Amino acid sequence: MAYHRRALRLRKNIFVALFGLIFAAFMLSSLAVAPAAHADEVGTDEYDYAISGFVKFQDEPLDGVLIKVEGNGYNAEVKTGADGKWKIGVPEAGTYTVTLVEDTLPEGVIVAEEGKDVAEVTFGQSKTKAMNFFLGQGERVTVSFFDQFLDRAFNGLSFGLLLALASIGLSLVFGTTGLVNFAHAEMLTFGAFMTFTFGPVLGFPIWLAIPIAVLLTGLFGFLNDYALWRPLRKRRVGIVQMMIVSIGLSITLRYLYQYIYGGQTEQLPGATGAEVITVGPISFTIVDVWSMSISIVLLFAVAFFLTRTRIGKATRAVSDNSALAAVSGINVERVTSIVWIISGLLAGTGGILWAYFRPGVNWDMGFQLLLLIFAAVILGGIGTAFGALVGSLIVGMFVELSTLWLPSDMKYVGALGILILVLLVRPQGILGRKERVG
Amino acid sequence: MDWGSLFTNAAYEIISPTTAAYALAAMGLAVHFGYTGLLNFGQAGFMAVGAYGFAISTLTFGFPWWAALLTGIAASVVLALILGIPTLRLRADYLAIVTIAAAEIVRLLFTTNTFAAVTGSAAGLSGYKTSWQAMNPIPAGNYNIGPWVRDHNEVWLLIVAWGLVGLAALLIWLLMRSPWGRVIKGIREDEDAVRALGKNVYSYKMQSLVLGGAMGAFAGMVFVLPRSVQPGNFQPTLTFFIYAILLLGGAATIFGPIIGSMIFWTLLSIFSGFTARAVEIGWLPFMTSLQAGQVRFILVGIALMVIVIYRPQGIFGSKKELAFVKQ
Amino acid sequence: MSNSDMQTKTTAKPVKATDLHVGGPEDMLPGVPKRDPIVVATNITRTFGGLKAVDVESLQIPRNAITALIGPNGAGKTTLFNLLTGFDKPDTGDWALNGKSLKGVPAFKVARMGQVRTFQLTKALGMMTVMDNMLLGAQNQTGEGFFQAIIPSMWRKQEDDITERALDLLERFKLVKLKDDYAASLSGGQRKLLEMARALMCRPELVMLDEPMAGVNPALTQSLLSHIIDLKSEGMTVLFVEHDMQMVKHIADWVVVMAEGRVVAEGDPKTVMRNQAVIDAYLGSNHGKDLGTDTDTVNTMKELLDDQR
Repeated sequence: MAYHRRALRLRKNIFVALFGLIFAAFMLSSLAVAPAAHADEVGTDEYDYAISGFVKFQDEPLDGVLIKVEGNGYNAEVKTGADGKWKIGVPEAGTYTVTLVEDTLPEGVIVAEEGKDVAEVTFGQSKTKAMNFFLGQGERVTVSFFDQFLDRAFNGLSFGLLLALASIGLSLVFGTTGLVNFAHAEMLTFGAFMTFTFGPVLGFPIWLAIPIAVLLTGLFGFLNDYALWRPLRKRRVGIVQMMIVSIGLSITLRYLYQYIYGGQTEQLPGATGAEVITVGPISFTIVDVWSMSISIVLLFAVAFFLTRTRIGKATRAVSDNSALAAVSGINVERVTSIVWIISGLLAGTGGILWAYFRPGVNWDMGFQLLLLIFAAVILGGIGTAFGALVGSLIVGMFVELSTLWLPSDMKYVGALGILILVLLVRPQGILGRKERVG
Repeated sequence: MDWGSLFTNAAYEIISPTTAAYALAAMGLAVHFGYTGLLNFGQAGFMAVGAYGFAISTLTFGFPWWAALLTGIAASVVLALILGIPTLRLRADYLAIVTIAAAEIVRLLFTTNTFAAVTGSAAGLSGYKTSWQAMNPIPAGNYNIGPWVRDHNEVWLLIVAWGLVGLAALLIWLLMRSPWGRVIKGIREDEDAVRALGKNVYSYKMQSLVLGGAMGAFAGMVFVLPRSVQPGNFQPTLTFFIYAILLLGGAATIFGPIIGSMIFWTLLSIFSGFTARAVEIGWLPFMTSLQAGQVRFILVGIALMVIVIYRPQGIFGSKKELAFVKQ
Repeated sequence: MSNSDMQTKTTAKPVKATDLHVGGPEDMLPGVPKRDPIVVATNITRTFGGLKAVDVESLQIPRNAITALIGPNGAGKTTLFNLLTGFDKPDTGDWALNGKSLKGVPAFKVARMGQVRTFQLTKALGMMTVMDNMLLGAQNQTGEGFFQAIIPSMWRKQEDDITERALDLLERFKLVKLKDDYAASLSGGQRKLLEMARALMCRPELVMLDEPMAGVNPALTQSLLSHIIDLKSEGMTVLFVEHDMQMVKHIADWVVVMAEGRVVAEGDPKTVMRNQAVIDAYLGSNHGKDLGTDTDTVNTMKELLDDQR
């Protein structure tokens, strides 16, 4: 029998190796070919909107400089032609990040001001937008790996903390009701849109708009449960059915947001253009400081609630074994309502912080985070709040640190890959108990 | 647009190649979810590897259409194996999350600029249809199909697409009335019971995953033949729409996915045509034409919820042979 | 079901297998070797969250006999069942069927080797017909291969053969009229019968029944009992978990008593029921608990005490 098991493991290893091999071959084949098509225009046939520019140094056009455009779920790149010109078509009006890849400039030429190799472009009335970079003479001092590491780790911590706010609610809801809620991400978007509505649209000051939005998301969470999930539990609808219902809800809400707010990306006050503070290798803004402080305070509040208050202890009891909790006199429905309210409050806050982190508010911003939330929750051990926190910090760190090695448009690949690997090795998650997987 | 053309356009959705593609993808899901009980939320990933497998092998390696087709199918089989090994022992909701994550990994790998030379990154790929169109036996020209006029390439695609749908339906029908199908349906209900009777449940689940995944890959190829390959088309929402189609028709039925796809696309077309027209002539003053486009997706979401809650067996399913097993 | 019911119905005394273990009556101790064991297990342990659910030093199941596995709730009987059949993996230990080690063998292979089980909570497949449930039990079906399945002519003949065998069994179990009904429409007792009949479709050597009588309508118990006795006369070995002491006494040739994960006593039914360790096990496990909540154990205990008088 030992032979049999070894054979199985061997087979698994072969599959893993095979996958690695295919992947490596894929990477190599792409490296072997020229890195980008050398055309000075891309995507202009398909799309109505375009960003264009002219790269020159001391009135000489520069050939073969790589320009990248990213935003609204779209990205593309192009190299300047012999005339120094470039043009990139984009699918919709909105805000895009345009990057001039400094490495592709001729030796001795750099972007004049440090950090200005990346610029934001927002479309107004016209369908084309010009973006030019100012170049100067000089050498760029490259940042040491360790300094980059610290900077990214700081970012990762900030991201991980806001992810934790989003994840804990999902995990608590799963723990108490068994529902894997695909519409959880829409609560994040809800929080961000409410802030946008009460802030920029209705003109409330932001310090007032944010608490209003958070409270409304808490109410939204409660209504979710009261109007939909509780009746379904009463009907004894199975968990797989509930999961698919949550997908239906997610679709409905997302397109409803798009119906009301449109497809463009909006900014919350102070999200862009805040002064950058530099401490050693780490650079951040006052928004980051606020974001992390709020996250940490809220996480402590959740920990206090779960471990020190009566209703918090009841929540954990329901999570542990809801039938037993019900028998021992805990009002499971009441606990569930409270869990949904907390889930909403946390998700709303998480959504607002996510709107500042990205930055931007749009209709599917929450959905973009959904899989990372799942990854965090499973990584930590589904159903445990503390596990969700640990999982979130790991995923947050991993996503940001992976950009040291991976291109930034692949940073989620690593996190999702880790999710699958964890399930392979330890399906119950880092802090979960084995029985939960059963 | 006048009202008449609205209905002829909508009626074409009954036979359009896209409807066939969605029907194929939904049939794959019927094998996974309807018959085996595997909650695969990564069907978009299978479609993506099928489509990209076909396009990349044609463009980068210069394969003829049949080799490109085999590459697309092989890619989906590899994906099914990679996915199945860690996940088929897990609980249904875990499988759902892992498959959706895997599909996203696939999509992100096709979107990233790192492999742009091969995948075309966000802009996608086109120009892979030459070898496919060259083997079109139908003489060039325009043809009347009922009230519609289509060129020889579209007619050729229609024949192949619906031919594939027919073959897939036949295959599922043959399999599900065989002892193999009996084991599969047993697994859906209680895999421990089947295991206790000496059946290798893991192997059957893997076979089901590969079969349904390959149907997804065919669907991906049919889907991209009338358009270009765009990574943005293979978002998780695609999988969700296919679920809506499957549950509409009936998850554990042979014709459910096909009829479901026809109803889905026809209604979507009628609805968007109607609202667009209604906005145009000022019947819906509170709505812009852009918003009119969103309303139908809001309705898709609501419809999905309503079907799952009130008629989980779908239009054609029998209540006694429900796909949702209490867990 | 009351005890008096039971006694009036079980008039015909089944023939008991005797002389199963090595040694005399004084050797009927936990772990005693058997003259012809079909299953030999040693040092099986399984812990759940620090709690030892099963800790069996040695256990042998005699061939072609009916062995009952009894013990209070939480004694680890079902866990032991799961471990022996490959549905759960023990932390330590070795066990073999007919001398072939089953350690690390997946559940489906254990079944193919001739050791087939049923479940405490019946696993009749409700959304399939009674006949389909039966056919699922047959082994080595050509049509269960993916490619063969597509060509009906490759498996039609075999399908007819196993259908015939299934009809025979259904006839014996009085389910033949229900063959085209969905299993979900059957009563609890009928489902137990179906599960047992389905297990027989596998042509097992050792049948393991987890509480075959639980939830069965008294009208059907008699027929279930006689089916279990028939299995022995057809050359099979039976291991079953049961709470009903009268039934154990009536049909079991050998009794194994578990408490808190361990085998505390073994022997023929008469000897075991007189064993002080057994009475202690039933009393001890409930020490300090509200006895009223656990009627099964209380009944068992009463029966044991009745027996002593």
